[in-house]
Amino acid sequence: MNSSFTEDSGAVRRSLSRSKGSPRTLFNSTMNFVAFACGAIALLPLLAVLSYVLIQGIGSLRLSLFTELPPPPLVEGGGFRNAIFGTIIMVGIGALISVPIGVLAAIYLTEFSSGKIARGVRFCTNVLSGVPSIIAGVFAYGVLVSSKIIGYSPISGGFALSILMLPIIVRTTDEALQLVPNDLRQAAVGLGCTKFQTVMQVVLPAAIPSIVTGVTLSIARASGETAPLLFTALFSQFEFNGFFQPIASLAVLVYNFAISPYDNQQSLAWAASLILVMLVLVTSIIARWVTNQKSY
Amino acid sequence: MSTYSPSRESPLSPRTKSDKLLDSGFVGLTRILALAIAFVLLTICVQVGLQAIPAMKEFGFGFLSETAWNPVEGRELYGVLPQVYGTLVSSFIGLLIAVPIGVGTAVLLSENLLPLSVRTVLVFLVELLAAIPSVVYGVWGIFVLIPIITNIGNWLYSNFAWIPIFSTPPRGPGMLAAGVILAIMTLPIITAISRDALISVPRNLREASVGLGATRWETILKVIIPAAFSGIVSAVMLALGRAMGETMAVTMLIGNANKISSSVFAPSNTVASLLANQFAEASGLQISALMYAALVLFFLTLLVNILAELVVMRVRKI
Repeated sequence: MNSSFTEDSGAVRRSLSRSKGSPRTLFNSTMNFVAFACGAIALLPLLAVLSYVLIQGIGSLRLSLFTELPPPPLVEGGGFRNAIFGTIIMVGIGALISVPIGVLAAIYLTEFSSGKIARGVRFCTNVLSGVPSIIAGVFAYGVLVSSKIIGYSPISGGFALSILMLPIIVRTTDEALQLVPNDLRQAAVGLGCTKFQTVMQVVLPAAIPSIVTGVTLSIARASGETAPLLFTALFSQFEFNGFFQPIASLAVLVYNFAISPYDNQQSLAWAASLILVMLVLVTSIIARWVTNQKSY
Repeated sequence: MSTYSPSRESPLSPRTKSDKLLDSGFVGLTRILALAIAFVLLTICVQVGLQAIPAMKEFGFGFLSETAWNPVEGRELYGVLPQVYGTLVSSFIGLLIAVPIGVGTAVLLSENLLPLSVRTVLVFLVELLAAIPSVVYGVWGIFVLIPIITNIGNWLYSNFAWIPIFSTPPRGPGMLAAGVILAIMTLPIITAISRDALISVPRNLREASVGLGATRWETILKVIIPAAFSGIVSAVMLALGRAMGETMAVTMLIGNANKISSSVFAPSNTVASLLANQFAEASGLQISALMYAALVLFFLTLLVNILAELVVMRVRKI
């Protein structure tokens, strides 16, 4: 009796354990390996791009980059202070247009709207974020440049960038506001706050860290955008020349100089690439860190 | 903004008129701005369409089947067939590489094959891949990717030239280089959205499958992936939209030749690259033709994105 029991349980155990050599187990281990391989292949380009930009860019980094103008071909040295300034101006204009519109629109979506309108507008926001960046450039060209309202200028460039920043800001603000607990709103209304007061003094302050994160991310994205600036801001070898003249930007400088045959211009392109990549990396890491510090 | 004043006589004094006005004005303002987003989408469409009218009148739908792009005055003839072909083929090559790797990575990041802390870091790294500016990928492609592809391509050409897709010698920029860079750029989108879909498959399904004796990969392939399939489809479609509209990296790597070739090593062109290359120097009818091309690209990406969004919406409802 006793012995037959142990025999039984041995058989049961054998039938429950998978033999190492069975095709099913082998297939399983092979697929595990394939998944790891996929992960490794996915990370390979990130490491390759980052290390290459770092190696090439650090060699070209020097203080004069920030203080001098782009050199003519074959002249050593030089910098791109006009391009840095141009990027700041245009991203600033883009943010000035898109941040108020985006934040207020998101406030309507979470605080005031009916479900149907909110769904429609969110749908449009998602579709807008899928619009190719070059189309934003074409649109800005049609509205501001070819109509001769403003012409090639930082304003046209900033306008094109604002169209790309808008969906990012709406989406992140929308998500941030939805995370604010309803108790806060009810408490505010219970104390007699108007809708305006509730939003401005209770809901918005609670969500502000995530909103700032979203805005920062959109600014980092916009600084690297090239396509919408190609024919709205053009490029300029010279100093900032007013708000109605073509203007340089880091991204377009990378494009123009990377395909130039001259070593000194290529080295500037690498340095500018490094600055753009670092900008995106640092903001992404900070954004990740901030969203992890939950205020509620 | 503090209208609140503690007064003992009337703690419940009615709201002043200006308070009410401010309140309804604020709600109205936010509503207008929210609707403005939908309006922007519409305006882009109308605006580009209006500017394309002269070219539409001149070329009609023949624009889509014409292969010449000739801006010489007097003999102007424009068509976007090679560019549309280039857009579709380069995106297809990109997805062909990115979909298996991206879904594989998504599975790796949604299973417990790795400790959670490692997975969190990996998810973040994949996100970073999406954050690198397109123009930087372009520069990297020119100096790193093209030499590699030329080397591999030379071997393929000397051994397999009888296969049509390897039928021309690789001479630097070309369709394959653009496809590979698109694969790298769409990988994070496919991975992130597929991973979301895989994670949100109910736990019960997995438990039931494992309880019936299925191995991990039998569970993944026969239960989890089918359950998350529509999410993966929408990931692929969003990636397709992104790939078709991608401009800078492709422009720098595809070679910008307005012709159709069966070989993946031959230089080609996409609609987005055509716009990037020609817009700044164009004038007259050429601008209108470019606007027409932009409209074609806009509708292509719009179609793909709307379909993807609809799939996502249906998934959320379930």
